[in-house]
Amino acid sequence: MKYVDEYRDGALARGIAATISAEADPARTYRFMEFCGGHTHAIARYGLEDLLPANVQMIHGPGCPVCVLPIGRMDDAIKLAENPKITLCTYGDLMRVPGSNGASLQKAKAHGCDIRMVYSTLDALAIAEAEPDREVVFFAIGFETTTPPTAVALQIAARKELTNFSIFCNHVLTPSAIRAIMTSEEAKRGEVMLDGFVGPSHVSTVIGTDPYEFCSEEFGKPVVIAGFEPLDVMQSILMLVRQVNDGRAVVENQYIRAVTPEGNRKAQALVEEFFELRPSFEWRGLGQVPMSALRLRQTFAHFDAELKFGMVTVAAADNPACECGAILRGVKRPEDCKLFGTVCTPENPMGSCMVSSEGSCAAHWTFGRFRTFARARSGERRSA
Amino acid sequence: MTIDIEQTNKTPSRPRHRKLDLKNGRVELTHGAGGRAMAQLIADIFAPAFDNAFLAQHNDQAALPMPKGGRLVMTTDGYVVSPLFFPGGDIGSLAVHGTVNDIAMSGATPLYLSASWVIEEGFPLADLDRLARSMGEASRAAGVPVVTGDTKVVERGKADGVFITTAGVGVVAPGLDLSGDRARPGDAVVLSGSIGDHGVAIMSSRENLEFETAIVSDSAALHGLVADMVAAAGPHLKLMRDPTRGGLAATLNEVADQSGVGITIAEDAIPVKPEVAAACELLGLDPLNVANEGKLIAVVEASHADALVAAMRAHPLGREAAVIGHAVADEHRFVQMTTAFGGGRIVDWLAGEQLPRIC
Repeated sequence: MKYVDEYRDGALARGIAATISAEADPARTYRFMEFCGGHTHAIARYGLEDLLPANVQMIHGPGCPVCVLPIGRMDDAIKLAENPKITLCTYGDLMRVPGSNGASLQKAKAHGCDIRMVYSTLDALAIAEAEPDREVVFFAIGFETTTPPTAVALQIAARKELTNFSIFCNHVLTPSAIRAIMTSEEAKRGEVMLDGFVGPSHVSTVIGTDPYEFCSEEFGKPVVIAGFEPLDVMQSILMLVRQVNDGRAVVENQYIRAVTPEGNRKAQALVEEFFELRPSFEWRGLGQVPMSALRLRQTFAHFDAELKFGMVTVAAADNPACECGAILRGVKRPEDCKLFGTVCTPENPMGSCMVSSEGSCAAHWTFGRFRTFARARSGERRSA
Repeated sequence: MTIDIEQTNKTPSRPRHRKLDLKNGRVELTHGAGGRAMAQLIADIFAPAFDNAFLAQHNDQAALPMPKGGRLVMTTDGYVVSPLFFPGGDIGSLAVHGTVNDIAMSGATPLYLSASWVIEEGFPLADLDRLARSMGEASRAAGVPVVTGDTKVVERGKADGVFITTAGVGVVAPGLDLSGDRARPGDAVVLSGSIGDHGVAIMSSRENLEFETAIVSDSAALHGLVADMVAAAGPHLKLMRDPTRGGLAATLNEVADQSGVGITIAEDAIPVKPEVAAACELLGLDPLNVANEGKLIAVVEASHADALVAAMRAHPLGREAAVIGHAVADEHRFVQMTTAFGGGRIVDWLAGEQLPRIC
């Protein structure tokens, strides 16, 4: 596959791996957080851990939209779907996310709710047009990458004056999450030991590299914006190792084939037109994060499902044994959770990190759990 | 299938009725009511499509000669694929291939099929005729006749066009004992060809997912290939299985579970067509989880792997056959893969639903 295989070349990867091993200082440990679930998935799927020296460790970040959606919002979506007038359109990976009391959209669908899996916002629009008697709600989630398509849907809906289409908006912002990690209670206590970030890939095509400058300026952590292909990730790790070795902390761009410093201005303008900042939004694992999410502007309130259907989000607590929160903050690893692989598996997820293939628990379970057993056998500490 | 329409039409005491309108006609509830309309549907569509000596006896069952020696193998499978017609096949041919293959995976020679059709009211007779003829052609090509059958019609909205259930019987030669629990550490795992073709062909023709691809379903009857494999490796063959729903990943995990072994495979050794790889990339799927309908895996004693692969490559349906890995001792029964990138990973069962109604 042209333009894909080139970034999955095993021989090149072994070359970069050898350079990382040669340049990484054996006297220290390098702990880098890959922010995005896409990176987590690439690391697990291609087995990158096997190529890295033991003192270069990757910590999974909160960049998986499904994982950071709080239970309360999931309950909201299920409540919406239970309204017999409503057709709820959702991306497939939300179907199995557990809400309160083991509820999920998949179960609600089995009980007769009109829930349809779509591949794009345009599919939801088409349903609204084809079925004017139904109230079609699009369950919008995601970081800056998926916000512009939602804005496009709103633009079209406004132009066509659709009255039976609305958005349940859960769009969140990446830089706010990085800030939340760096300023968490654990970070203040020095428990979040990070030496740098493998920065977002697709998100950065939209917002550019400038919004991450605070990370190096305020917190002195290097950031390397990285593509989602395995060679991108390997090269970015090498770039991070070099920054650490040089005592530098700047934002570097490995993903130059798609990302510019200022990002995609058109997409940004479109988002600006339809959305505004929420003063605060709950993230799973991070709690309430100020200025971290978007809602529809007042002008488009008639497309806002929260207002249209008078929704009031009730915060719901996670299963007390579930470590998704600590894992999303980079404080714990999936195998540190008592539920991991015992009662919580991709078939029967207790926490959101076990649902999406980008979630750290699902990625580790699906692709990497043999390492947990190998570590256990060799007597190595499982917890980092 | 008990009424001879020719006789019906020629008998003076019975009223003549017009032939079914195979151009614009639709299936009506009366076509399943057990009356004359049903007899006509069977006589005009199914009887000519499946035409064989057992059906021609017009009994409610087929009385079949007893095979000499060996063991009888029986299987049944329901087909609910959507869409009914897809690149490289349709539900009619698929219902033959799938069941023939389930029989063949025991090393058996498939002998007879039954077919039970549940048809939705309003289904175009032209499509029904096309599907029945496709089933007939597939069964003749496979040399496995449909010897008995049934049709039911349900109200509009109670089914989706056509659902088909086929059952099959076959006979396995004495001395051949293929079973999912027989893989042992050291055995070789052989794959017959490229994976993911069927799933991608189906997805490319789904209403909300339509994309253009040259990929056609690999739907095919594998018993000819199996016969050559049995001839080449005989009792050294441990098991065979066709990786349908859940793909190669699910099949390897089933074998690992049943046999109590681990399996290691090499990503480099598994053929994936570029178009399939591209479609999977676009849709966020792993070809290892995507369905096949004309591929098989075999586990064979390592000493006979080369002979087996050579025999498979000599058959049109096994040209890309290769050893993709081995069974290993592993209490966790993990299926592990060395990625083309050089790292290791688990190949797991698919969690959740990748695509409903793939077969």
